[in-house]
Amino acid sequence: MNYNWNWSILFELEPGASGSYLSYLLVGLGWTLALAILAWLIALVVGAMVGIGRTLGSARLERMCFAYTELFRNVPLLVQMFLWFFVLPELLPQALGIAMKQMPPPWASFWPAVLCLGLFMSVRVAEQVRSGLQALPRGQRMAALALGLSVAQTYRRVLMPNVFRMILPPLTSEFLNTIKNSSLALTIGLMELTARARAMQEFTFQVFEAFAAATVIYLVVNLLVTLAGRSLERSLRVPGYVEAGEGKGLPLAGH
Amino acid sequence: MWRRAKEKASRWRVTNMGYDFDFDVIARSWVYLFRDGLSFTVTLTLLSMAGGIVLGTLLALMRLSHLGPLRAVASTYVNVMRSLPLVLVIFWFYFLVPWIGGWVSGSGQPLKVGAFTSALITFTLFEAAFYCEILRAGIQSIPRGQLFAGSALGLSYSQNMRLVVLPQAFRNMLPVLLTQTIILFQDTSLVYVISSTDFLGAAHKVANRDHRLVEMYSFAAVVYFIFCFSASVYVRRLQKRLMIIR
Repeated sequence: MNYNWNWSILFELEPGASGSYLSYLLVGLGWTLALAILAWLIALVVGAMVGIGRTLGSARLERMCFAYTELFRNVPLLVQMFLWFFVLPELLPQALGIAMKQMPPPWASFWPAVLCLGLFMSVRVAEQVRSGLQALPRGQRMAALALGLSVAQTYRRVLMPNVFRMILPPLTSEFLNTIKNSSLALTIGLMELTARARAMQEFTFQVFEAFAAATVIYLVVNLLVTLAGRSLERSLRVPGYVEAGEGKGLPLAGH
Repeated sequence: MWRRAKEKASRWRVTNMGYDFDFDVIARSWVYLFRDGLSFTVTLTLLSMAGGIVLGTLLALMRLSHLGPLRAVASTYVNVMRSLPLVLVIFWFYFLVPWIGGWVSGSGQPLKVGAFTSALITFTLFEAAFYCEILRAGIQSIPRGQLFAGSALGLSYSQNMRLVVLPQAFRNMLPVLLTQTIILFQDTSLVYVISSTDFLGAAHKVANRDHRLVEMYSFAAVVYFIFCFSASVYVRRLQKRLMIIR
């Protein structure tokens, strides 16, 4: 029982003849990152809005934001991918549905995946924003309002800048989760990193080289993002301000 | 004339969203979905939860141990697992487990391993890393004075952990452990990538056989939502109760 190791396979030409298998995987990494970054932008914007919505003190808004959170949190991401890719085009007006299905190959699965992953992660961002807002000293909001700032100004000029600095460490790890979760786009046909490792395994039968290469790429990306997150934290830190480190509070479940 | 009729028909379809639902497919397949699909999902969730918590506890104790090598092994394991996408880990073990099985059993060939066994091993090993971090926080939340008091009373390390620290750590972390289990329940749907018939896999098979993707996937979403939402409501209630007693 011997496995035939053949690491040079990484430098051989892939069947599509676009280059070596290594570059094939790296293009996959490009798709992974493009998907994760776009989804992350959606997650930040929507998540901040929903998180703020839960702290404005309006019962109706609070209920709506709560329903939104529960809806996206309690359906598996894979099922959500299927809903965006297979179900949504059928429910939209026909012309739009057909247009969605007829996008040229990578885009037809890329855009649904971006929307799906973005809204899925927005719930996690919203929870972080909400708990950050609740952790801020009440005096900040009161002082801002007393100075004559409107509610919108209070959030924009006083609360949010502080909150985003405070929740930067958990946000970094949520971004890492976004990168990891983007691998689910392979189920709707996007050839991102994991999908390409899988395809390489099918073309070459070099199972472990393919997955090891993908694993190393993910680990390196993980390391780089973590380091970037830390240096961002350092440069944005408010001097003398209490840090909300990872050791504080309950660890959130999830990945 | 024929063309005009066709145009008319297509215009009619546009105004009617162009999809005719057939929810009868659910009535026809729900026995299969729940008997074959959901039972796979639930069994896999419960067994990997049990295995994951046991292994996670061991890893947490290793990460907090005084022995450098133990600490290094455990933290490397946990950090690597936590940096990889679950899909990739599923693929890894799907191919790795037969080879390891063949090597352990000493037979000359990769062992034949069923999809369920492979998934069970994967989820146990993967989730252990996440349970480990939760339990580590739980253990660290116990004041050190209790450990010192235990040692002063003559308890050994294992007695101290077993009788004093771990019961409290589990209790404090129970809501988080359960939330992680809800996530595990959702994650088991990923066995789709190795074509297992879990709940989603069963829905997927029926959907493709009868060309009823819309109905089946929506139904699957509703079922997952009901299960996970009720579980998370329960967890929140539990959390409140535990907080009051403490």
